[in-house]
Amino acid sequence: MVVKVDVRGLSCPQPVLMTMNAIKSGQSDEICIVVDNDTAKENVCRAATDRGWTLSEIRDESDGCAITIKKGKDKELGYLRFFEK
Amino acid sequence: MVGLKNFFAGRWGIIAVGIVIGILAPLLQKLGNPGNMGVCVACFLRDITGAVGLHRADVVQYVRPEIIGFVLGSLIAALMFKEYRPRLGSAPVVRFVLGAFAMIGALVFLGCPWRAALRLAGGDGSAIIGLLGLGFGIWVGTLFLKSGYSLGRTQQTHFTAGLMLPIIMAGLLFLMLVYPPISGQAKNEVLFFSLKGPGSMHAPLLISLAVGLLIGFLAQRSRFCTMGAIRDFVLFRHMHLLSGFIALIVTAFVFNFLAGQFHPGFQGQPVAHTMQVWNFAGMMLSGLAFCLAGGCPGRQLFLSGEGDGDAAIFVLGMVFGAAFSHNFGLASTPKGIGPYGIQAVIIGMLVCLFIGFTMRKRIA
Repeated sequence: MVVKVDVRGLSCPQPVLMTMNAIKSGQSDEICIVVDNDTAKENVCRAATDRGWTLSEIRDESDGCAITIKKGKDKELGYLRFFEK
Repeated sequence: MVGLKNFFAGRWGIIAVGIVIGILAPLLQKLGNPGNMGVCVACFLRDITGAVGLHRADVVQYVRPEIIGFVLGSLIAALMFKEYRPRLGSAPVVRFVLGAFAMIGALVFLGCPWRAALRLAGGDGSAIIGLLGLGFGIWVGTLFLKSGYSLGRTQQTHFTAGLMLPIIMAGLLFLMLVYPPISGQAKNEVLFFSLKGPGSMHAPLLISLAVGLLIGFLAQRSRFCTMGAIRDFVLFRHMHLLSGFIALIVTAFVFNFLAGQFHPGFQGQPVAHTMQVWNFAGMMLSGLAFCLAGGCPGRQLFLSGEGDGDAAIFVLGMVFGAAFSHNFGLASTPKGIGPYGIQAVIIGMLVCLFIGFTMRKRIA
């Protein structure tokens, strides 16, 4: 089951804080974070990869962007390289 | 464009921005800005407040082009990179109050986090006490954040609603060009200008404006934030923003050292006092208020430039706090704290703690 975290409209550092809380809760190995600005997107991606999670998908939506992260490190796929794709 | 975007989002991007600010801020001092003040956001907003007559402390009145540049530079970057996003509605009045007390605390210390860094880089030992206070205030703020403190979500709004602070800044620039300072005159029509004191010291207008625009542009891209630097380290042990803040301090130190602007010591430092308890307490109040509002004063200006109306309200709160500070004797001077500085810090802490404790309900 994918845990969904909606951080749209929230200011720093809540997007990262809520992502970290979802990671720490251990509820799921897959989390989808919905952000609505590039700052939150960068911060969430940076924090997740720092914690040893992998970015599996970044999907643009009408009112933001859905970032899916998976447990486990993929050394080949830093968050910056993901943005370039 | 993507490569540039990724560069600024990475570690070297934020360090590069810290280095650029670390060169430009003391350079402005060399070119006329007050000692160890470079691009102090609180001091310069306070000077603007005085220039439009909202306070009448005649030593701190000048329309600082750096502040105008910060907001407009950020607006340009946000429009160029399609990040301009008009938004409003995350507890604006609370942000106004936090802005006011952040400014009141900063004026007890005599500087915001930006100036604390620049004072340290200039050799002012009291800045260490101020930075410790800042760190303590931010740490208290992180305890609230961890226990569910939130000012709630913003709403998308009209394009023009996000432009209010940039328009105010453009208006100030217009006034400054129409009514420039005249040598020996304390007033030119609607604007007040200091004839002595820090308000009378400034780099040439166009250079200050250009530096402001450049810093505003770079900081919008890199999300540079002096409070966030400490907060993210305390909360998550993240070094990203902190590495930019440290780069600023180290670069400014090297620049000052080479330019003969480094004077180590506690006594006789420019626009500073040595009442250390209140240096600590002033910055503690500021740090807590900035943390509860989600950004340092510079970041609030950059956010305002990219359409964040709540950050604009915080900035207007800072202007209100500056007027209050100088009209009612809350602000310090190089001689020491103001007659009501202690009461102001205590009331400010109580208000911030009240906000922190009572706004912890998780908003789904």
